[in-house]
Amino acid sequence: MTAPFEPGRGYQLNPDVALRPEPFGALAYHFGTRRLSFLKAPDLVELVRGLSAHRSVSDALATMPDGRRDAYLRALAALAAADMIVPQPSRSEMP
Amino acid sequence: MTTNCEPAPSERVPALVEQFKGGLAAPICLTWEWTYACNLSCVHCLSSSGRRDPAELTTAEMRSVIDELRAMQVFYVNVGGGEPTVRPDFWELLDYAVTSQVGVKFSTNGLRLDAERAQRLAATDYVDVQVSLDGASREVNDAVRGHGSYDMALRAMENLAEAGFRDFKISVVMTRHNVPQLDEFAAIADRFGAQLRITRLRPSGRGADAWHELHPTDQQQREIYSWLVDRGDRVLTGDSFFHLNALGATPLPGLNLCGAGRVVCLIDPVGDVYACPFAIHDAFRAGTVRSPGGFAEVWRSAPLFADLRTDTSGGACRSCSAFSSCQGGCMAAKFFTGLPLDGPDPECVKGHGASALPGLDRGGLPRPAKDHSHGGQAVPLGMPSVRVPAKLCDSSPLADTA
Repeated sequence: MTAPFEPGRGYQLNPDVALRPEPFGALAYHFGTRRLSFLKAPDLVELVRGLSAHRSVSDALATMPDGRRDAYLRALAALAAADMIVPQPSRSEMP
Repeated sequence: MTTNCEPAPSERVPALVEQFKGGLAAPICLTWEWTYACNLSCVHCLSSSGRRDPAELTTAEMRSVIDELRAMQVFYVNVGGGEPTVRPDFWELLDYAVTSQVGVKFSTNGLRLDAERAQRLAATDYVDVQVSLDGASREVNDAVRGHGSYDMALRAMENLAEAGFRDFKISVVMTRHNVPQLDEFAAIADRFGAQLRITRLRPSGRGADAWHELHPTDQQQREIYSWLVDRGDRVLTGDSFFHLNALGATPLPGLNLCGAGRVVCLIDPVGDVYACPFAIHDAFRAGTVRSPGGFAEVWRSAPLFADLRTDTSGGACRSCSAFSSCQGGCMAAKFFTGLPLDGPDPECVKGHGASALPGLDRGGLPRPAKDHSHGGQAVPLGMPSVRVPAKLCDSSPLADTA
């Protein structure tokens, strides 16, 4: 259903997804698929919210502490598989 | 489609259970009953519904609660009753919720689901429909839900299927008489392109009386467990069978947790907020949406909810080898059968609950806080239009279902 996750590309929160702050991080709700996901750490929430500001997922991950990058990469891959985050429109698609 | 109560397997993260115990910023599984009025008189009705309550929330109050839910980012509500579709403003409120980004799954006995409604529903995004059916045959169903209710539900399902409404839910409360029909229920769901949902019979509402005769036997509990393990994720359960997890090494999908006051709660038709849909009793009443702080204040600050969000002692169950599997079971089931809340569930698979149940004299058991049952003799089921209301509020105040 969704394209393979490519950390070399830029991603962003799917516009169909809302994040609800929770004590553990956030609850993500996809209005299209009606699915819930749980973002289990506050800095993962910040990472997801800030994805669109980076040209690639790898760039975004570089802002995170060394020891946690692999875990966050896996979390982002899962979020991409659930269509919670999507590739940024390519430059040529931008207005 | 997946409802918030029933996250897909990839989203079930065990560690979250611990997080959930402390409560969430807002419920993820909110049941909201829109009226106590119902055309049926099911013997196990968990809300003792029948007659409308004159104090039910007005249209304006309902809209104001929807506004609150939107602000709290409650993305989905389970609407029930009574029969919610008998509210005259049902469709208006449904549209208002959906356009407020508060999705609705509503439970219905099928009363208002004619072909035209079914088509409109199929064309409406963000609405899901759950048709109640408690027997895969007319005999088994109508013995619990009343004469004519099987045909009414099947007609509604046909209309939904013909309208192209995919994956609507068929909701079955498991009883001693319908456990042998599990495969037949699955076949009915397949026939209509629907999804089967089975849930546990609770001794709540009128079910407090019916439970002792209707709840599945020990052997049937094992059948339900095995059947669910085999079926995997194709069948929804609302996580209601977690007390069966002690039966085997394979945990049933879902949160192994009593969500009352933590991720779940109930708003009843008069705006009272209870810890869960199966606990309509003053002991579990947290407040009312009519108080100045509204629903949000109740959810965040009710002392009852704060209490439910602390870890339970586990009491007598703590020393049991199965405690980590079943977590002591269902609070409401214990309460209405007279068992201590920190003790075993009445359907404890180790048999600890059954042996502790009071004997035949059940006179001292807690009674539901509200009883809106149709008065007099058992009411023949059917279309409300053929019944003459004894009082003004016996007529249905609200109107249709999805």
